[in-house]
Amino acid sequence: MDNIKEKILSLASDATFDEGSLLTVTVPSAQLRAVAEYLRKEEQFDYLQDLIGMDWGESLGVIYRLFSTAKNQQAILLKTSTSDRENPELFTVSDLWESANLYEREVYDFFGIKFINHPGMRRLFLRGNWEGFPLRKDYDMSSNPLTMENQSIEEMETVTTLNMSNEGLVNSSFQLFGEKEYIVNMGPQHPATHGVLHLRVSLEGETVNKIDPHFGYIHRGIEKMCEAYTYPQMLHLADRLDYLSGTMNRHAICLCVEKALQLEVPERAQYVRTILDELTRIASHLLGWGCMCMDMGSITAFVYGMRDREKIMDIFEESGGGRLMCNYSVIGGLSKDIHPNFLKRVREFIPYMRKMLKEYHILFTENPIARGRMRDIGFLTKEQAIAYGVTGPSGRASGWMNDVRKLEPYAAYDKIKFEPMMRTEGGTFERYIVRLDEVEESLRMLEQLVDGIPEGDFCAKTKAIIKLPEGEYFQRVENARGDFGVYISSKGDKNPYRVKFRSPCMTLVSALSPITCGEKIADLVMIGASLDYVIPCIDR
Amino acid sequence: MFDFKVVTSWIDDLLRVQAGIPEFWTLAIEFVLVGVAILAAYAVLALVLIYVERKVCAFFQCRIGPNRVGKWGWLQTVADMIKILLKEIIHINKSDKFLFLVAPFFVIMGSILAFAAIPFGKGLHAIDFNIGIFYLLAVSSLGIIGILLAGWSSNNKYTLIGAMRSGAQLVSYELSAALALLTVVALSGSMQLSVIVEKQATVWNVFHGFAAIPACIAFVIYLIAGHAETNRGPFDLPEAESELTAGYHTEYSGITFGFYYLAEYMNMFIVAAIATTVFLGGWMPLHIPGWEAFNHVMDYIPSVVWFFGKAAMCVFFALWVRWTFPRLRIDQLLKFEWKILMPISLVNLLLMAFCIILF
Repeated sequence: MDNIKEKILSLASDATFDEGSLLTVTVPSAQLRAVAEYLRKEEQFDYLQDLIGMDWGESLGVIYRLFSTAKNQQAILLKTSTSDRENPELFTVSDLWESANLYEREVYDFFGIKFINHPGMRRLFLRGNWEGFPLRKDYDMSSNPLTMENQSIEEMETVTTLNMSNEGLVNSSFQLFGEKEYIVNMGPQHPATHGVLHLRVSLEGETVNKIDPHFGYIHRGIEKMCEAYTYPQMLHLADRLDYLSGTMNRHAICLCVEKALQLEVPERAQYVRTILDELTRIASHLLGWGCMCMDMGSITAFVYGMRDREKIMDIFEESGGGRLMCNYSVIGGLSKDIHPNFLKRVREFIPYMRKMLKEYHILFTENPIARGRMRDIGFLTKEQAIAYGVTGPSGRASGWMNDVRKLEPYAAYDKIKFEPMMRTEGGTFERYIVRLDEVEESLRMLEQLVDGIPEGDFCAKTKAIIKLPEGEYFQRVENARGDFGVYISSKGDKNPYRVKFRSPCMTLVSALSPITCGEKIADLVMIGASLDYVIPCIDR
Repeated sequence: MFDFKVVTSWIDDLLRVQAGIPEFWTLAIEFVLVGVAILAAYAVLALVLIYVERKVCAFFQCRIGPNRVGKWGWLQTVADMIKILLKEIIHINKSDKFLFLVAPFFVIMGSILAFAAIPFGKGLHAIDFNIGIFYLLAVSSLGIIGILLAGWSSNNKYTLIGAMRSGAQLVSYELSAALALLTVVALSGSMQLSVIVEKQATVWNVFHGFAAIPACIAFVIYLIAGHAETNRGPFDLPEAESELTAGYHTEYSGITFGFYYLAEYMNMFIVAAIATTVFLGGWMPLHIPGWEAFNHVMDYIPSVVWFFGKAAMCVFFALWVRWTFPRLRIDQLLKFEWKILMPISLVNLLLMAFCIILF
């Protein structure tokens, strides 16, 4: 780490360092590009986990959270800021990390920071004629009254770029799709988009030429809402992000707050939370499997997946009270102890699910048509997966070991034996099979957890009003779609100063375009299903 | 075995001799009667098939299926039909209105015309062309025009892709279907459906000595190709709901959509009926040479029961396939036809010719 510091100092003499649990480097905006390039190319920080826009009051800025997959998950935090609030401009890093492309558009959308040399600067979630930038602290909440006028799609596809050239900064704009292109709108209402995602697809016959995703149809401003909520209230919004891994998202926020408070969570609660996480993972993968089969036209498989998922929902309902949003974890542990039937039910579920998995393989995995559809399409290489930040089962199918449960164990994951499920080819079939393998592995984990669950308290004592000490807190967990991150910046109040959720789904959608172009339109649907994104996770 | 000629000639006699109606008017009345009977049978069969499909599919998927309207939900499809008749036909702006409205008629006409030429039982045969097979192939191709027109006139990108897909698919699979039927025409020596059925009085074509081998292959090919022609999964690409919402009929509503819906189910039945007639002996009972007593017992089962029993088996098979397999992709679909089914059909036809000459 010391030589990294030295090198950064030689590139940017004004850089400041802060060594906590994580090396934090603050560089002036002018030298950001040089430092980023150095970190990416020479120090192999190849995974940009998150890019967080910030409004520090007097200045606007960005936090980059970088990991090195080659060097044993070494992590670094890079900060930069600009004090120009009228026309904030920073250099882009989207050519260094592909995932930055959408992240930077998000920062532009919410903070108004323009990124120089970004290939297509336009709003990501909000409509093009939105007034102001909502996540800035000086945003006027009444500046955008409800309007019923539609903005034309052409207007929204006018891309402006800000390029650095010899004469200085040059503004230019162009239209994303040409006049003669055959464009099909898939979504926002469409049987195959798994939520309100709007894909603009340019076709050549049946072949996909270009894809442009439009987000924001169900954006709820959860990050903005969190700033006005107390920490226990925030938890309820977590279930509504990626609703299929609600308990895991909630777990992430609980862990983050508990870490900040240095709260010791009872072991029983940790075990129960882990069981819930794994059950949710199985439920989510079953739905993902079913939807993927349905997208290939096999509706019976979808019904089978839903049928078995119901069993898990019943377990949740009995203990937590909710089915999809079970509202079970709270800061310090669990809201109530598990139902007396809980362990019995989980024990019964394990052999049942094993039997059903065999049936799934007979019905679908070994079906020659299904194999033919999934084979040889939608390849994502390991390098691409890292560059686009494709985590979770989709990333592991490309051979990238990114399982947060193994890399940064939390709750009871360090007390049980399990293997991250990996494949190397990175095709559609691998993404499909990794999910079913993970269900099997989760069942193995559940067996150990159910046997090892200790007696004792289910919740630690917390203060009536929870105030986090001043500082920045990160936590990431492995949810059903990948690396879900929580960032909380606190000023010591009872509500956070800024909250950012790292959505694994947004990076999944960004990877859709490079792996689908050149394939058939029927495969677009299926490759999308194999990535298994959930839209509310993107539209936070 | 009961011959339906008794009924038809009684009606003919009633009109001609008892009532003394002149030749021309007798024929006119008979035509109307036959037309009404066929249309009624068509509609009722379609309703039954839709109900059966929903029930069978439900059992495949561990569900109960329709169970609210009537006992076991048997009135559900009737209620659905009434609903579809009452629904508004939505007109699409900037579409070709004439072609848009004409398209469903092509589809339903093709299917009714094919339906009318099927021998349902002994003497229960509306029209017996001497080129029956040829006629069936010809009229069942009419549907393609309807589908292409629907896709084109809707002025919608999904429907256009759906229509183009179905054009490629139907034209390709018709070749295999025709070649498979031709195999049996070679065996029977006639294109007339009644002759083909009569020839199977002692033994069905699929059990016909050495010729059974090519006949069985042709039967399987016909089932696959016929299934593909009905646009049902795994060959339902023209209306692949996961990418094209509803394919060529996305923009249709009310009874115009109802026509496509009816035609789809009836085409499934027609394919089953042709397969029955040509390969499984039509309305002929199961006879095993040498087993006189058994053959005699089989003769007591009415011919209509035999026909609908065999057709129901083929329909169930089609449902089973549809609710099990995922959908093919367009390139795989065409590859399957042109590189696998077509060559096999051609070789099979040759094999049949050898069988006929040698045995």
